[in-house]
Amino acid sequence: MTPSAHTSTGRLGWLVLPALLFFVVFAVVPLIGVFVLSFTSWDGIGAISFTGLKSWTAVLTDPGLPHALWVTFLIIVLSWIAQTPLSILLGVFISGHQKYRAVLAVLFFLPLLLSAAAVSIAYKALLDPNFGLGPGLKLGFLTQDWLGKSALAMGVVIFIIAWQWIPFHSLIYQGAIRQIPTSMYEAAQIDGAGRVRQFFSITLPQLKNTMITSSTLMIVGSLTTFDLIFVLTGGGPNDATRALALDMYLTGFRANQMGLASAIAVILVVVGLILAQVLQRLGGKERNSQLEGA
Amino acid sequence: MATETATRRTGSSRSAGASANGTTARKNWFGGAFGWLWLLIVLIPIYWIVITSFKSSAGYFGTNPLLPSGSPTLDNYKLVLENDFARYFANSVIVTVGATIPAVLISFMAAFAIVRGAGRWLKAVNALFLMGLAIPLQATIIPIYLIIIKSGMYNSLGAIILPSIAFAIPLTVLILSNFVRDVPNELFEAMRMDGSSEWGTMWRLAFPLTRPALVTVTIYQGLQIWNGFLLPLIFTDRADLRVLPLALWTFQGQYSVNIPAVLASVVLTTLPILVLYIVGRRQLLSGLTAGFSK
Repeated sequence: MTPSAHTSTGRLGWLVLPALLFFVVFAVVPLIGVFVLSFTSWDGIGAISFTGLKSWTAVLTDPGLPHALWVTFLIIVLSWIAQTPLSILLGVFISGHQKYRAVLAVLFFLPLLLSAAAVSIAYKALLDPNFGLGPGLKLGFLTQDWLGKSALAMGVVIFIIAWQWIPFHSLIYQGAIRQIPTSMYEAAQIDGAGRVRQFFSITLPQLKNTMITSSTLMIVGSLTTFDLIFVLTGGGPNDATRALALDMYLTGFRANQMGLASAIAVILVVVGLILAQVLQRLGGKERNSQLEGA
Repeated sequence: MATETATRRTGSSRSAGASANGTTARKNWFGGAFGWLWLLIVLIPIYWIVITSFKSSAGYFGTNPLLPSGSPTLDNYKLVLENDFARYFANSVIVTVGATIPAVLISFMAAFAIVRGAGRWLKAVNALFLMGLAIPLQATIIPIYLIIIKSGMYNSLGAIILPSIAFAIPLTVLILSNFVRDVPNELFEAMRMDGSSEWGTMWRLAFPLTRPALVTVTIYQGLQIWNGFLLPLIFTDRADLRVLPLALWTFQGQYSVNIPAVLASVVLTTLPILVLYIVGRRQLLSGLTAGFSK
């Protein structure tokens, strides 16, 4: 009585139950819940009452929303632009066989170990216009009110994201570059393609899937950036760094308007889904089969 | 199918081992210069944090910020350690271990079922988990807050642990199922011939063979949870339940004039994870590059 592949595998469904249970209780139900709560009013402690479209009209007519969307968009786009080319460049570099490559890989990793709270606290002190690194070294260009001016504060947020995450993404790229078959480069060399040419016609196209994985992590990360901004600027100066996730927290848990905050959360979900769709399109068929194929 | 898997494996291992020449054999001055520059950008702030944490308040204001103190002091560390550091550390350990281990185990079971099982049910569950990758789960925090309050879990470490498990599931299942898929079918067939149950096959065959990926996701999710800030911030407000990142933030509020003490607390909260990094570095780096560049 040899069990066929089908009968023995058909029973495996129960193995997903524990994961499914957690996911349903803490992701699926809350996802429906946040949509429902966006039609209510709740201060976080008292009773929840249905108020129809009130939260939605309030959120959609509030100039704070387009502003938060714009800030979020800036963080996503600028941190992607700052991180991707540099991560690929560093990835190519550390995938080589230099003696010091191992040392670099060790040291590059350090920023990833620090929590966003720790990094923000340290940078706040480091960039202090009176007692930070700039005034201490008497360096004029470093001596600025970094967190007090809108454009500078945004720049600092982008820089810290890059500081912490470029090492991670360059490691991902390094792994992918090592999987590119050497024969492709040998063939290109025989054809007389130089180093730059090889990079653009072999390395870069071969990294397409990795770029999508890495970009997805970057974009979801930027979209949900909370602790970094919360500790570094609290959203300031003048709401210049008040991104969507922070806006949701401040509206819900500081201003005690959970209905409004839920509407903002729904917008966050919609933005996330749109971005995921765009990335999947960019990924094309190959990526789909990797994600869905069993 | 079986041969396809087998060739894919040898194919990938061949190309993985073949990077000894090809793209990276020649000197890459541009990448090299940039690599070292980035190393400076990474290390200067970390170096500054460490040396400043050994300065006295007076020494902090008086000396060159990039030179270590002539008379280093441990007072800052004493101050932090006297402020219940051990309790916050224990809380962080409980939350991280309590969430990471169950999250990885149940995700592994789900990944095994998704790869080895069949049928609409498992396909649907897998699609659900993949959707979780696209949705910023932070957006579901308000309904989860409601669940936590209604179930009487507010102000308990469980309130941080349970949602952390759920949030870790989508990415963990994705990475683990990619690896389980690479286990050659012949091995599963052989186990079945020997009369092994699917449960036994899962733990005795798939589990050890998936080890690199298990290490990767355990470390990655462990780091995420260890450094987590939002869930502890929202689901607890008792001082004795603080985890390290939250303790760091409140400490910064208390001692904002004493920058060296604040930085000592940054060092102390990072130190445990740094020790783990030094111990498990090789596994971590190879696991990360394999896990994310697949």
